[in-house]
Amino acid sequence: MRAPSSDLPVILERVSVRAGATTMLDDVSLGIRPGPPTLVVGPNGSGKTTLLRVCMGLVAPTEGRISWGGRSDAAPIRRAILFQRPVMLRRTAAGNIAYALAQAGVPRSRRPARVAELLQRVGLSELAQRSARKLSGGEQQRLALARALARDPELLFLDEPTANLDPAATRAVEEIILLAAQSGIKIVMASHDLGQVRRIAGDVVFLVRGKLCEQGPAESFLARPSTPEAAAFVCGDLVI
Amino acid sequence: MSDQLSAWQLILQGDPALFAIVQLSIVVSLSAVALAALVGMPLGALLALTRFPGRSALVVLLNAFMGLPPVVVGLAVYLLLSRSGPLGAMGILFTPTAMVIAQTILIVPIIAALTRQTVEDLWLEYRDELAAMDVSPLGRVATLLWDARLSLVTALLAGLGRAAAEVGAVMIVGGNIDGFTRTMTTAIALETSKGNLPLAMGLGLVLVSLVLAINAAAWGVRSWSERQAG
Amino acid sequence: MIARIPALALAICLAAAPALAQDRSIVVASTTSTQDSGLFGYLLPIFKAKTSIDVKVIALGTGQALDTARRGDADVVLVHARPQEENFVAQGFGVRRFDVMYNDFVLIGPKDDPAGVKGQDIETALKTIAAKAAPFVSRGDRSGTHAAELSLWKQAGIEIDRQKGLWYRDIGQGMGAALNTAAAMNAYVLSDRGTWISFKNRGDLDIAVEGDKRLFNQYGVILVNPEKYPSVKKDFGQAFIDWLLSAEGQTAIANYRIKGQQLFFPNAQQKPS
Repeated sequence: MRAPSSDLPVILERVSVRAGATTMLDDVSLGIRPGPPTLVVGPNGSGKTTLLRVCMGLVAPTEGRISWGGRSDAAPIRRAILFQRPVMLRRTAAGNIAYALAQAGVPRSRRPARVAELLQRVGLSELAQRSARKLSGGEQQRLALARALARDPELLFLDEPTANLDPAATRAVEEIILLAAQSGIKIVMASHDLGQVRRIAGDVVFLVRGKLCEQGPAESFLARPSTPEAAAFVCGDLVI
Repeated sequence: MSDQLSAWQLILQGDPALFAIVQLSIVVSLSAVALAALVGMPLGALLALTRFPGRSALVVLLNAFMGLPPVVVGLAVYLLLSRSGPLGAMGILFTPTAMVIAQTILIVPIIAALTRQTVEDLWLEYRDELAAMDVSPLGRVATLLWDARLSLVTALLAGLGRAAAEVGAVMIVGGNIDGFTRTMTTAIALETSKGNLPLAMGLGLVLVSLVLAINAAAWGVRSWSERQAG
Repeated sequence: MIARIPALALAICLAAAPALAQDRSIVVASTTSTQDSGLFGYLLPIFKAKTSIDVKVIALGTGQALDTARRGDADVVLVHARPQEENFVAQGFGVRRFDVMYNDFVLIGPKDDPAGVKGQDIETALKTIAAKAAPFVSRGDRSGTHAAELSLWKQAGIEIDRQKGLWYRDIGQGMGAALNTAAAMNAYVLSDRGTWISFKNRGDLDIAVEGDKRLFNQYGVILVNPEKYPSVKKDFGQAFIDWLLSAEGQTAIANYRIKGQQLFFPNAQQKPS
C-alpha cells in the first residue's frame, strides 16, 4: 500500500495575489514545514488572511506558484481551515461535527463515536444537542475547531481564532490548539496578539502590506527583530 | 348540489358533491405543488450556485413569470393538449391531469425563484465553510436545500396559495365538468354566474378556511422542528 | 385444451373490462344557458342510469362550443344558433343536425321600466331602448343568445354596430354574468327563459317583453364527424343523441321544471337512425 500523500511542505514561490487595483500579497516566497506552530503576524490589512487562504488552496495566486507536498493540484484532503468568523450550519453542535465527518469520508457507523470524541476534545460535550447558531462566540469557535479537527488534518490553518474572545475563552481555545500541535498537527495561525505569539509560536512569519518582511524562530523575532517594522511591531507601535 | 342550502350547511350534512369538489381542489393543487417542487427546487438551486452566460436573463425571466396570468397558461396548455394540437393524442384535455399540468407550469416559477433567492443567500453564508470542507457540487446543493428547508417551505406555501386560488387555468383546461373537473374556484365562478351569490360566497369562505388550515399546519410543523433542532 | 379457450377469453375480457368501463364517457360541448338552467343536472343521471355512459359537459357560448368541436375536443355539440350549426355541418365537422327542444327568449329589464317598453313587441321595444339610450347589456360572446340578440336588432331596423353608444354594454360573458351585470346596472338584457327562471340574483329585474314569435329559441344537437377526428366516440355519442330524440329523452326534457315551470319544450322531428 502506498503511503498517503502529504500536503507538507507547502512551498510558495513568488506568490502575488491581486484583485483589481488592490494587492493583497506581493511576491511572497516561503515554506511551511512540519514542526511547531507557525504564527503569521502583522498589522491589520497586511495580508494574513489572504496568505492563509492561498495556503489552504481557496484562493489561486495571480502570480507565482504554490505546491503541497510537491503537488500543485489543490485537493484539500488533509488540511483544514478555521475562519475568523466561522459560520455555523443550521444544525446542532453534534450535527455540525457529523457533517464535517461525512464530508471527510468517515463511514456512518464510525461517526457517533468520533463526534463524541471531538466534542470532548473541545469541551462541548454538554452542548451536543444545542442549536449551533445559538452558542456563544467562544463556543462557536471551539465547535469550528472541532469541525476542522474532524478532517483529521496534518495541517491546520487558523485565522485569528481568539480575536473576538474574552481571556477565559481565549485560553480554552489556545489549550486545544497546543494539544493539537503536540499530537503532530502542523499549526499555521494568524494573530495580531504578541502575547499569543509568545505562548504558542515555534516560528513567526511577519507580513507588512502584503510583503514578507521577516521570518524566523519566534524567540529571535521577539528578542532581536532584524527589521525596523518588526522592531516597531514588537514594541507595540503602529506599523504603517 | 342543492341551491337552497348555504355552503356550511352542505358541509355539515356531508354533501357528497361538495366533498368531491373540495377533494379535487386539494388533490390538484397539492399534486401541482409536489411536481413543481421536483422541477423548481433543483432549478432554483442550480441558478443560485452556477454562473453561465445568460444567467441574469434567466433569473429575470423566472422572477417575472411568478406573475404569469393563469388564464394565459391555461390557454397555452389547452392549445397543446387539444386534439388538434401537438399533444392531442394523449387525450388528457378536460381531465384533472390537464389541470395539474397547467397549475404546475404556473407555480414552477414561484418555487424556482424563491428557492434561488433563499439558496443564494444561504450560499453567501456557507460558501467558505463548504469550500473548506471540500464539499462536492452535488453535496453543496443537498446541504443548502436541507439547511434552508424551513424557508423553502414558505416557497411551497406560496406556490400552494397561487394554485388553490386560481380559476383561469383550471377552467380552460378542465372545462368545469360537473362531478369530474369542478374545483372550488370553478364552482364559485359557476354559482356566481347562476346568480347564487350567497352560496358562491360560502364556498369562497370554505376555500379560504382550507388554505388557512394548511398554512397553520405548516407553521405548526415549522415550530415543532425548530424546537427539535434545539 | 378446449376448456382453456373460454378461460383465456374470460381473462382477456376481465382485463379489458376496466379499461372499457373507465372510458364509457363522452364530452358534450354545450351552452351556458343549458348548464345554468340546471337541465343537464336533471337529464344526465337518467341517461347514465340507463346506459352507464358518463356525459361530461363543457359549458361555453355557442360559438365557443362549436369551435371546441372543430378542434376535435368534443364528441357532441348541443347549442342554439341554427345558422351556425348548419354551417358547422356544411364545413364537414358535424355529421347531421337534429332539432331537440326549444324555449324562448325574454327581454329582461328593471321593474320600473324606465324605457317604457313593457308589453310591447320585441321590435318596438328594441327601437325604443335604442332611441332612449336605455342601458342595455349584451353578451357579446358569439353565443346563441348573442346571435339572436344581433338578429333582433337587425329585424328592428337598427344597425347596432353603428348606433350603439355608451348605453350598450358589451361584456363578452355568459348568460349568468350578463344577468348579474344587468341587475347591478339596472339595465335591459335579452335572456333565454330557462336561465332566467333559475337565476337567483334578480335584484330589481323582471320580464319586460315575452311571447313574441320572434323570440323563439331552437336547440340542435350534432355528432362531431369521426372522419375528421377518429378519436370521436361515435357510438356513445350517437347513443346520447338517440336518447335525447327518443320518446324517453323527450319526456325527460319536458319533465324538467323549476318552481313548477317547464323550461324546455321537446320538439324532435326526425326519428333517430
